[in-house]
Amino acid sequence: MTQAIPNSYRSGPDDTGHFGIFGGRFVAETLMPLILDLQKAYEDAKADPAFRKEMDGYLKAYVGRPSPLYFAERLTEHLGGAKIYLKREELNHTGSHKVNNVLGQIMVARRMGKKRIIAETGAGQHGVATATLCARFGLECIVYMGAVDVARQQPNVIRMEMLGAKVVAVQVGARTLKDAMNEALRDWVTNVHNTFYCIGTVAGPHPYPMMVRDFQSIIGEETRVQMQELEGRLPDSLIACIGGGSNAMGLFHPFLDDPSVDIYGVEAAGHGLTNLHAASIAGGRPGVLHGNRTYLLMDEDGQIQEGHSISAGLDYPGIGPEHSWLHTIGRVKYLSATDEEALAAFQLLSKLEGIIPALEPAHALAKVGELAPTLPKDHLMVVNLSGRGDKDVPQVGDILKGRQS
Amino acid sequence: MTTRIDTRFAELKVEGRAAFVTFVMAGDPDPATALEIVKALPKAGADIIEIGMPFTDPMADGPSIQAAGLRALQAGMTLRKTLQLVRDFRAADDKTPIVLMGYYNPIYIYGVDKFLPDAKAAGVDGLIIVDLPPEEDAELCLPAMKAGLNFIRLATPTTDDKRLPAVLANTSGFVYYVSITGITGSASADSSAVSAAVARIKRHTKLPVCVGFGIRTPEAAHDIARHANGAVVGTALIDALKGSLDADGKATARTVSAVADLAAALAQGVHGAKQAAE
Ligand SMILES: Cc1ncc(COP(=O)(O)O)c(C=O)c1O
Repeated sequence: MTQAIPNSYRSGPDDTGHFGIFGGRFVAETLMPLILDLQKAYEDAKADPAFRKEMDGYLKAYVGRPSPLYFAERLTEHLGGAKIYLKREELNHTGSHKVNNVLGQIMVARRMGKKRIIAETGAGQHGVATATLCARFGLECIVYMGAVDVARQQPNVIRMEMLGAKVVAVQVGARTLKDAMNEALRDWVTNVHNTFYCIGTVAGPHPYPMMVRDFQSIIGEETRVQMQELEGRLPDSLIACIGGGSNAMGLFHPFLDDPSVDIYGVEAAGHGLTNLHAASIAGGRPGVLHGNRTYLLMDEDGQIQEGHSISAGLDYPGIGPEHSWLHTIGRVKYLSATDEEALAAFQLLSKLEGIIPALEPAHALAKVGELAPTLPKDHLMVVNLSGRGDKDVPQVGDILKGRQS
Repeated sequence: MTTRIDTRFAELKVEGRAAFVTFVMAGDPDPATALEIVKALPKAGADIIEIGMPFTDPMADGPSIQAAGLRALQAGMTLRKTLQLVRDFRAADDKTPIVLMGYYNPIYIYGVDKFLPDAKAAGVDGLIIVDLPPEEDAELCLPAMKAGLNFIRLATPTTDDKRLPAVLANTSGFVYYVSITGITGSASADSSAVSAAVARIKRHTKLPVCVGFGIRTPEAAHDIARHANGAVVGTALIDALKGSLDADGKATARTVSAVADLAAALAQGVHGAKQAAE
C-alpha cells in the first residue's frame, strides 16, 4: 500500500475522519447522529478559550501537570549509549496518562449535558481515570472490563468501586479489552439519549481518534519545552508503548513534522510474533472494527482474533487509525516487545531508578534497552513512562514467585 | 432493475398483507442444519429471509445472536460458506428474497469487488450492513447498487427528520426500521410509537418499511404488521433453535422443526393482520 507523502504529518484527519485510508465512521445508524453531535460539540469546545482555560486549570491543580521530564542517569549509564529521559506520566493523578484524555472528554460531556458516562478499560487505568473524574463532577459512571482483566488488575477494580463507579465484568469472547469495548458500544446503542462514551484510546469512530490525540498531545508539547530548557534542543528520538496508541500519539504528534526526530512505537509481542501476541501492525492487516479502519489481528475470513499480552492495557487486537497511517507512510517505526522482555525491563527500571513502571511502558523500556546501546552518548531519547506499576505489583509478584519455587 | 425483493413487495401489496421477515444465522448450529432451516422457512410462511453472516464482534447484537454467530464460527462457518448456503437454497427456490445481514469486515476482507458478483451469482438480493452508515456509502452501498443488489438501510429512533433523507438516499428494496434504541433481543417495541415512526419514514419514501428488533410473539408480530409493510423476527427464532440443542450445543432431531414451528405461528400473526398502513 503506497500513499502520498503529505506536506504535514499533522493535518489529519480529513473532514470525514480519515487518515489516508484509515479511520472513518463505521458505526450503527443509532449512534451516527450522536457522533455528529459530538464532533460539533468538540469543535465548539476547541474554539472556545474558556474551555481551554478551564482544562488548563484542572490539568495543573488536579492532574498535577506538567509532568517532569527526568534524566534517567543510572539507566543511561547501565545501557551505555543514548541519554535517556523519562516523561513521567506515571506521576499524574490516578497514575497514568489516561487522565489527560478523560478530563477533556468529561468536560465535553458536561458541555453536551450528558450525565451518564460509560467507558471500557483493559488495565483499569482508563477506568480509574474515568471513575475519578466522574466522582469529581458528580456523574454516573459505568466501566466495562473483561473478566480476565478484572482478575489480573484487582487493585484497579477496587479503586474504581471506591470512587463510586460500577464495574461490569464482561464474560464474552476472550474477556479482555476488545470484548469490553463491544459491551460498551452495546450499552451506548441502548442508552444513547443520555450517555457519553468516554473512549480510552485513539481508536473508535471519528472524532474520537482525533479528539483523544488532541487531549494527549500535551505530553509531547510539554516534552518539547522541557527538552529545550534541559538540553537546548529537540530530542533525537521518542519511544512509547502501544495498546490503542494514545500515550504514544500524545508524545509523537507534536514532533511529527520534525524530520530529525526518530519515532518508535512498541507493540506487545506476547509470547512472540509467531505465537500469541497483540502486535496488530507487525502481525495484522487493515480491516474494520470498533468504528474505524485500521490494522487488526484477524483470520483469513475477516474474523477478529484475540490479542495476547502480559499487559492488560496492550491486550487489544487493533491500533488507532492514525498509527496505521503513520506506519504505511513510514513516519513512525513500529517495533514489538515480548512478555519476557517487558518483565525484564520492569525489574530493571525498578532496581536502577527506583521507579516501578506499569507493564505497558515496560514494553517501551525493553526496546530502549536494545536501541540505546547502539546510539551515541549525545543522542537524546525520550521514553513515555505512561503509567506506574502499582496495579501490576500483585501480578508480577506472583509470576516471579512462581519462578523461584 | 427489479430484484426478488421488489417483486415480493409488489405481490404482497396486491394481496394487501405485510411481509413476514425471518432472521437466522448462517451456519448455526452447523452448516447442514442451517441449510435445512433456511429451506423450511418459506414453507412456514416466511416472505423474505435474512441470513446473518457470522462475525466475532457483533456490536449491535444481544446475547442470543452473539451466541448464534459464535456457534456458527465454531462449526467452521465462513463468508464463502454463507454464499454456498444461498446457492444451495436457490437450487430449489428462485422466488424467496434473500438478504445477507451482518458487519463489514468479513466482506472487506473477502474483497468488495469479488464479493458483490459472487453474492449476486449465488442468488443474494440485498445486503444489510450494520456498521455502514450513509457516511461510508462509497465502501459498499454504491458498488452494491451498481452490481444489482439492494442495499437496505437501517433507520432508528435517533434518525431525525433532518437526517432521514441522507439515510434514504441510496436505500433500495425496503427500509428496515429498528424500533428501539438498543441491541437485538433486548426491549420490545411499542406499537403506537412504531406506527408513528413508520408514518414519519413514509413521508420521505415510497419504499416499503419493515420493522424489527424486539418482536418475539405472534401477537406482537400481528400488531406491528398492522402498521408496517413487514415485521422482522430474529432473536425469538434463534432462542427456539437454541432450546432444541443438546447439552453440547449440537443440533437434534427437533432443531429444524423448533424454528419452523415458531416461524409458522409468527407468520400467522403477520398474515392475519389487516394493513393499516397506506
Ligand atoms: C499505563 C498504560 N500505558 C499504556 C496503555 C495503553 O494504552 P494506549 O496505547 O492508548 O496509551 C495503558 C492502557 O491501559 C496503560 O494503562
